[in-house]
Amino acid sequence: MSLPTDRKYAASHEWARLEGDVILVGITENAQEQLGDLVYVGDVNVGATLEAGETAGVVESVKAASDIYAPVSGEVVAFNEALNDQPNLINEAAHDTWIFKLKPNNPADLDSLLDAAGYEATL
Amino acid sequence: MTAVLKQTPLFNAHLAAGARMVDFGGWNMPVAYGSQIEEHHAVRQSAGMFDVSHMLSIDVGGVGATPFLRRLLANDVAKLTIPGKAIYSCMLNEQGGVIDDLIVYFFASDDWRLVVNAGTADTDLAWIEEVAKRENFDVTIQARRDLAMLAVQGPEARERVWKVRPQWRAETESLSPFTGALLNGDVLVARTGYTGEDGFEIIVPATEIEALWNDLLEAGVRPCGLGARDTLRLEAGMNLYGHEMNEEVSPLIAGLGWTVSMKDADRNFIGREALEGVTPDQIMIGLRLRDRGVMREHMKVRTSKGEGVVTSGTMSPTMGVSIGMARVPEGVQAGDEAEVEIRGRWLAADVVALPFVRQGKVLV
Repeated sequence: MSLPTDRKYAASHEWARLEGDVILVGITENAQEQLGDLVYVGDVNVGATLEAGETAGVVESVKAASDIYAPVSGEVVAFNEALNDQPNLINEAAHDTWIFKLKPNNPADLDSLLDAAGYEATL
Repeated sequence: MTAVLKQTPLFNAHLAAGARMVDFGGWNMPVAYGSQIEEHHAVRQSAGMFDVSHMLSIDVGGVGATPFLRRLLANDVAKLTIPGKAIYSCMLNEQGGVIDDLIVYFFASDDWRLVVNAGTADTDLAWIEEVAKRENFDVTIQARRDLAMLAVQGPEARERVWKVRPQWRAETESLSPFTGALLNGDVLVARTGYTGEDGFEIIVPATEIEALWNDLLEAGVRPCGLGARDTLRLEAGMNLYGHEMNEEVSPLIAGLGWTVSMKDADRNFIGREALEGVTPDQIMIGLRLRDRGVMREHMKVRTSKGEGVVTSGTMSPTMGVSIGMARVPEGVQAGDEAEVEIRGRWLAADVVALPFVRQGKVLV
């Protein structure tokens, strides 16, 4: 499986892609495969300011709940409402399904995240 | 040397079908083969099959078999008089706690089969042998590790089984629920299951299970893993040992009072003394979450009668909402409102009667 190179990755299995002045955040294909069928994605607090590594929401498979984390510090500006009724969109296209959008305090913070090769090395 | 996981005779078949394997009580078992939600739907809508060979058949024979089982089990096996008829029972310890829940088949007064859970099989066997020995029952006890078991479940399950094994049809076509037929070649086909759908649980010599699996696969029966097994049984309101009950929990507060037979005052089954005259102060109920989220085991429940706990919870594939079984104070009723503490927030839930789903239909 080849990881998209148009984005950065966190060791905690989130991907982060800059689009204009906002970062789209999702979870990786590897993560969705490990989790299995997702049945709930949420607890995202739009308007909250988070530190890097702070809990931003949760993805729940049938078996367990997994926290997702802000990859860099910033303000949560959107949640992908489509995931309310179809959490399985992530199972079908993890790299094409953003979960929340983050306005970073400093876009340069993305540089400290892993690139595709770096993330792949952690697997 | 690290502990090696036990394998059923279908281990290779699971890998060939693309299973994701997990450690289930020391057994290497398939949790799913792809989407466990789709496997769940396959059982409700057509037919799915589960390798349950990790469970153990224990054959009890000898002239003392009937009085032995009437002593050992909380339900009264004397109710069974037709060969092949089965009942569901708990096996209790002296304190009235549940050692295991199981199904027991009657074939003859000196010929019975117990089917027990995988995780408790060793302790069950040790207990059974200990009771037989210390109370001097004239019985033979045989752990049938030479057998394998497949559960084929769903509205189309029985037809698919007859399609691949037409020679079984005559003797199994008119089986009523909770009855089995002993067929040539040490085969037991029983109209039982753990899903709330119709179907068969089939016990065959281990050497024959792979051929059965492959034939059913070819006939379009979907392999289903432990993940789907759990969501199906929870929708069907069925207890799971280790969740709704364990050695420290009485059947009376686990929703299993109906499986304890006090009718014959002279039947002093193990655990009777601890349960006699007890009015349970807790009951099992169903919960359906009103908000979005997922209820899980151990989460706290608030009711008008006091606090309780979720014993099993999941997202129901059939209903599209989170459901759970919970132990709460006596007096709580279907129709009441409750709250469940999920990840630090109290979310609203409705108390509903069990089961949630049977024969493909949502009942609540």
